[in-house]
Amino acid sequence: MTRSFSIHRRLLMGAALGGVSLAFAGRASAREAGRRKLVVIIARGAMDGLSVVVPHGDADYVPLRGSLAVAAPGQAGGALDLGGGFGLHPALAGLHALHEAGQMRYAPAVAIPVRVRSHFDAQDVLENGGEGLRQQDDGWLNRALVAAGGPSGLSIGAQTPLILRGAAATSSWSPGGQVTGQDRIAALLQDLYVEDPLLGNSLARGLETDAMAMTVGGGTPLRRNDVNGLGQAVARLMTGEQGADVVALSVDGWDTHARQNAQLQIRLTGLDQVVGGLREGLGEQWADTVVVIATEFGRTARANGTQGTDHGTASALLLAGGALKPGGLIGDWPTLADNRLFEGRDLAPTLDVRSVFKGVLRDHLGVDRAALDARVFPGSAAEAPALDGLV
Amino acid sequence: MPPSAAEAAAVAVTRFGLGARPGEIERVAADPRGWLEAQVTPGGAPNPAGRFVASAERMQQLLAYRAEAAATPATDAAMTPGSAMAQESAMGDPAAEAALAARRDSRRDMTLDTAREFLARAQMGATTEAGFAERWALFWANAFTTSATKFQSAVFMGPYEREAIRPHVFGKFEDLAVAAEQHPAMLLYLDQAQSVGPNSQAGQRRNAGLNENLAREILELHTVGADGGYSQADVTEFARALTGWSTPTPRDQAPGDPGMAGGNPAGQGRRARAIRAAMAGEPGENAFVFRPVVHEPGARTVLGRTYAPGGREQGEAVLRDLARRPETARRLARKLAVHFTVDDPPPALIDTLEAAWTRSDGDLAAVARTLIAAPEAWSPRPVKMKTPYDFIISTHRALGSSPARVQPLQQALISMGQPAFSAPSPEGWPDTAADWAGPDALVKRLDWARAVADLAAPAADPNAVAAGALGARLGERTRQFVARAESRPEALTLFLMSPEFQRR
Repeated sequence: MTRSFSIHRRLLMGAALGGVSLAFAGRASAREAGRRKLVVIIARGAMDGLSVVVPHGDADYVPLRGSLAVAAPGQAGGALDLGGGFGLHPALAGLHALHEAGQMRYAPAVAIPVRVRSHFDAQDVLENGGEGLRQQDDGWLNRALVAAGGPSGLSIGAQTPLILRGAAATSSWSPGGQVTGQDRIAALLQDLYVEDPLLGNSLARGLETDAMAMTVGGGTPLRRNDVNGLGQAVARLMTGEQGADVVALSVDGWDTHARQNAQLQIRLTGLDQVVGGLREGLGEQWADTVVVIATEFGRTARANGTQGTDHGTASALLLAGGALKPGGLIGDWPTLADNRLFEGRDLAPTLDVRSVFKGVLRDHLGVDRAALDARVFPGSAAEAPALDGLV
Repeated sequence: MPPSAAEAAAVAVTRFGLGARPGEIERVAADPRGWLEAQVTPGGAPNPAGRFVASAERMQQLLAYRAEAAATPATDAAMTPGSAMAQESAMGDPAAEAALAARRDSRRDMTLDTAREFLARAQMGATTEAGFAERWALFWANAFTTSATKFQSAVFMGPYEREAIRPHVFGKFEDLAVAAEQHPAMLLYLDQAQSVGPNSQAGQRRNAGLNENLAREILELHTVGADGGYSQADVTEFARALTGWSTPTPRDQAPGDPGMAGGNPAGQGRRARAIRAAMAGEPGENAFVFRPVVHEPGARTVLGRTYAPGGREQGEAVLRDLARRPETARRLARKLAVHFTVDDPPPALIDTLEAAWTRSDGDLAAVARTLIAAPEAWSPRPVKMKTPYDFIISTHRALGSSPARVQPLQQALISMGQPAFSAPSPEGWPDTAADWAGPDALVKRLDWARAVADLAAPAADPNAVAAGALGARLGERTRQFVARAESRPEALTLFLMSPEFQRR
């Protein structure tokens, strides 16, 4: 951490002294690389993969899930057919249409490299890219920004998620700002913060991002619960000369211990709309975009006693975007047979989630293999080689 | 270097406490430590002023609401006033519309009451003379997080802090733990109320089962911590021991009781009465119910210790043992140090707090007094980033004001990333600068600070506000910026956004 800290500090000092203009330093080289766009959506709370990518062709699915099982394609409220015995949850109609167009792929049984059932430990590993618990203080997506030579990063919401924290300066945004970087107060505060680079740099980047959002969005306020509009607003922050290249955002509320069906219907509808908003807002840039949807772990194969499921192991990962190679299924299906369940209770992982991330980073953002193995995902070379053929 | 007397007074009020009201720093200057120690009282931390319902009464309201819900099937989405779904589902049927309206009113009443209590808590924060006791109480409410992100726990947030947290924050940690875990807010937030032992009488009769959510979070977040050396088997065993910890249902009510679901005549039959008697458990404090028919029979083993077959006391014995483990002392000593001093506290301070905890067998008053006595906590340098709530409350204190309405308070908290009573997960609110000082969050703080400064400027002397709020902790640079600002609103904005006021 010593080395990256000093880089960080220098960047921060530079930004503080030079006012707001350094906020998106490094963008030039990203443009040369072809303006590839990457959005990582983290579904926090352990998204139930078995309800997202529905293995209706697996004979054990319905007996294990009972009333939580999503019906097979063609039945009332049934899954949307993906072929090969899989279907997509009916709330994901937009993502299914992308699948039909060769722009959506799914890995039904991925997991992080550590077997834990704590949300927070697992989210930490998912985001920091370590091979064990508490091994990195920064996030793999931030390290990938450094390794890719400077695409700009942005997170959505007041708090920067771990995945995007680290040496590369990133910005964050959420709807509703009023002060602009041109205001006198912004310049005064930069001066006041000369000995507090964290506050100085953070505020400078926030103001610059807000200015962008106002310019491209025309300042139209976003309505609460307008998830599609949020996706479009994020997309606007990704387009144009100043646009962010890499975005991290979180969707919450997946910890469905009870009354799972109703909750998933709402959450998945929202997720589908966010992706729809991104696609609409990105316009032509969608052809250069990959969206990754991942969660920290899956849920128990069996329903619990309260119409829900408890913390499990493998879950589904979805990829969407015009830059994807057509293909559908990623990885193998472990089956839900009793003797194949992990610890007799969870869907077993067949693919390390880092392999998917690495494949996308290498083939989409152009991060070279040595950097991926050594720095972005340390210790992953043998256990989680980059997956070929995604992009 | 030890702080000067003036610095110590400022540190006591602004770091240990919630920030200074005008004149407060001078008032405590004679004996800053004594001022803090006097707030450590056996009765716990004070409650917000006002009349608010107890859990038992709130539970009746919730049961009545559920009965209305059972009579008017509609999803939660339909309960958002004005949502398209709400209108569609009741359209054209006057009876259904009336029922839906009644249900919506019940829900709104409980929600408004919760908001009212949040406002009362914020008003107490803005005006209390015991700012340290209040911060200490909020620390423990966050260590045992429940959240309004779920409707069922949302309506118990006020009673939870009043009944389970505040009375116990200067008592034994294990008593605090039992009070928190047995409160309906927690039992409903972490799904314990519905957990059924598979081999219990009820478990054998119907398709219901174990829910291990609360057991896991107690281990991971409330006591020994994720690296506390427990396994999945320990989680499951603890979850079995906790079965039976529940909240009242309509079946527990006597026939004809207000709040009972329906007036089903069959409910008066002998068989129904017998079932009801078996389902009803021992009532406890704060609408806690122990329900013997769902308790998993048998002995349990958690972290190598075996617990004899039993009822309510079985889970409680496990919880008390977890609360007394050294891993728990270590984990919470660190959490306290991070909260009250810096993001990366000196190991010596953690050691000191842990030793006080161990020596006193988890006496939180002794731990509080040890924190007050620790030299590491008295550095005058502002380091620790305030949470949005603390920033807002300390702003009111600095200006000598108090929040008058909940709506703007809630809007400000949402925009800065800390919506009222709504921690995003059982882990609670995060506690470091990296969590709270992101670009967007600072923009939102600046937006709010400017709006507040515009409102307050006509009646405020910015130089006096800055001096009164920070005392000897006001840095020369900030003092000059405030003094040289071109207008009062600008001066106040600069002060509110200054490093010394954003941090503590």
